[in-house]
Amino acid sequence: MPNWNLPWFPEWNKKNPTDVFGPAIVIGAAFSAVLFAALIITWGSPYQTESEQTGPAGTGMSVAKFISMKRAGDPTVEDYYTEEAYTPEAGDVLAKDVYENVQVLGDLTEDNFTRLMGAITQWVSPEQGCEYCHAGAADGNYADDDLYTKVVSRRMIQMNQWLNEEWGDHVGAAGVNCYTCHRGQNVPSDIWFRLAPLKENSAGWSAVQNFATAQTVSTSLPHDALERYLLGEEDVAVHDLEPRVAGLASDPDYRAWQHTERTYSLMNYFSNSLGVNCTFCHNSRAFYDPAQHTPQWAVAQLARLMVQDTNNEYLVPLKDTYPENRLGPKHGDAPKAACKTCHKGWNKPMNGLDVISDWPELATTGAPVYE
Amino acid sequence: MAEYQNIFNQLQVQGPPEWGMDTPEGVAQERGGSPGFSTWIGWFGNAQLGPIHLGWFGVISLITGTLAINIIGFNMLASVGWSIPEFIRQGFWLALEPPGPEHGLSMPPLNDGGWYIIASFFLLVSVLSWWVRSYLRASALGMGKHICWAFAAAIWLFLVLGLFRPLLMGSWSEGVPYGIFPHLDWTTAFSIRYGNLYYNPFHALSIVFLYGSVLLFAMHGATIMAVTRLGGDRELEQIYDRGTASERAALFWRWTMGFNATMEGIHRWAWWFAILTPITGGIGILLTGTVVDNWFLWAVEHNFAPEYGGAYGYEAYQGGNE
Repeated sequence: MPNWNLPWFPEWNKKNPTDVFGPAIVIGAAFSAVLFAALIITWGSPYQTESEQTGPAGTGMSVAKFISMKRAGDPTVEDYYTEEAYTPEAGDVLAKDVYENVQVLGDLTEDNFTRLMGAITQWVSPEQGCEYCHAGAADGNYADDDLYTKVVSRRMIQMNQWLNEEWGDHVGAAGVNCYTCHRGQNVPSDIWFRLAPLKENSAGWSAVQNFATAQTVSTSLPHDALERYLLGEEDVAVHDLEPRVAGLASDPDYRAWQHTERTYSLMNYFSNSLGVNCTFCHNSRAFYDPAQHTPQWAVAQLARLMVQDTNNEYLVPLKDTYPENRLGPKHGDAPKAACKTCHKGWNKPMNGLDVISDWPELATTGAPVYE
Repeated sequence: MAEYQNIFNQLQVQGPPEWGMDTPEGVAQERGGSPGFSTWIGWFGNAQLGPIHLGWFGVISLITGTLAINIIGFNMLASVGWSIPEFIRQGFWLALEPPGPEHGLSMPPLNDGGWYIIASFFLLVSVLSWWVRSYLRASALGMGKHICWAFAAAIWLFLVLGLFRPLLMGSWSEGVPYGIFPHLDWTTAFSIRYGNLYYNPFHALSIVFLYGSVLLFAMHGATIMAVTRLGGDRELEQIYDRGTASERAALFWRWTMGFNATMEGIHRWAWWFAILTPITGGIGILLTGTVVDNWFLWAVEHNFAPEYGGAYGYEAYQGGNE
């Protein structure tokens, strides 16, 4: 039996008195800090999150959101102005009979026309009023096209009708109107311009990344993703769908990690525009696998095509209509739209508020259907 | 009797500097610098600083390493228009990037990856020179070569990332950017592109050895400190003349988990775990994109990940309304 008592130890201990209060204070402070942090987290963290399941149990699919943000909601929803349509009756005066130069909405009844004009003022230029588009409004002259804002508005009304008509699968029953993007501002927030290349003294791959921008949500990922995927029509997919595939990174059509970074940049922009994470649409263990996508993936896929069309058909061609101060700071390009221009950080713009039932004039490029 | 601890020494030995031994081969030659003492470094380890053996390989390593770091730094500075405030503000975002894929294995223009190739070359020379130095110094001191072979394991991973895999992929563009956030972007993109690296068994092995190294380091460090009062810190003596410290340490692990390493063997465990981390990791990287292009599908094919046959039922989850 070995001697487990160490006789020298108590003696040594006595000879080496140690101040236990110092360590006690340190340990006490550390413990208090941990306790304090635990209390903050459990009782009153402003950053508490809430998770919502987005797939079958066991697949790790959930979307986390800040409770405080959900509770606060989108403040612009409260300021939304709407007014029911007047059902036209036989003998109603039409806008084109009363006003001159009504190119798009001439067939509306005068009542509905002025109702819509009034609403557009509320949605787009609540401070400037009619004069924002009609320079001569004070003198009763609404016909002149001398302000660029009027010319742009006309095209935007057509775009709005086209969006609701052609892209119903994306915008859904809630629809979109001017307020979806404008939210009471002359120029909608979260529009975008071409940025790349932002890096100086570099070319090619080196020149289009590693720069904190709003489009890359402050990451160092490539900042040409929106222009390649939402203006151009480059392929977003990067994966091989077989375990082993021939091909060298030097092949012109090889999808390398550079393409993946660009796709990631776009996906990051998607996520932040909608206030969701990857697993809102994808199972992150196999991003590419359609069998593991949620239904939202298809909605987002449509959105990408919709935004490409919107930019190329409606927004880019307006370049020469705008004054210089409305054009891009780097390339002088026309302002463009993308996810966040409508969504503003919410997965359904304005919490899915129906913004089209009251506005049949904006729901179709044909004759509005009043009920 | 003074108390001795391994870190934050309460006791520091400061006196005439220790020059170490000389041998007939002249290991004391080519040592430079006047040895001095620092109370600060004495809190962490030996208070004596120097002398250092630089030698030719040390000189080459320092010069080429300095060149590589300067090329990287000045390229970052150039990319923000030579603005020092921007260089500091955006520091973590900046990088010297490899060339674009279109350049293949040719020498790209300097501003599109050319400087990256040059910096990589100097970095390679620097690292290899430092390896030779670690070999030669161990040799001069009559030591085993365990340190330089462990270092070589790390260099293997470095070579796979920057040389072997880009060559096999046919493009220098496959290299890793030199930058803080950008190299993390590369890591993420690399994993996603090749179907999720978590399904790469060598990646899994590398993680096992990495976490295993951490665990072994903690167990061994803790064991030795726990028996230091019994003389356990004299590990070498305990190896050939097992004393009560060794007995108790062994007994502790046998009691708690039924098995114990030996006083010598624990160091072999630790060494192998450490070097197998980059060795297995390097194999995993080397196979990615060259042999296997989608690790998730590879894993399904090899019954390493389950296949659900598409019946996931995601359509039942329509997501939130916010």
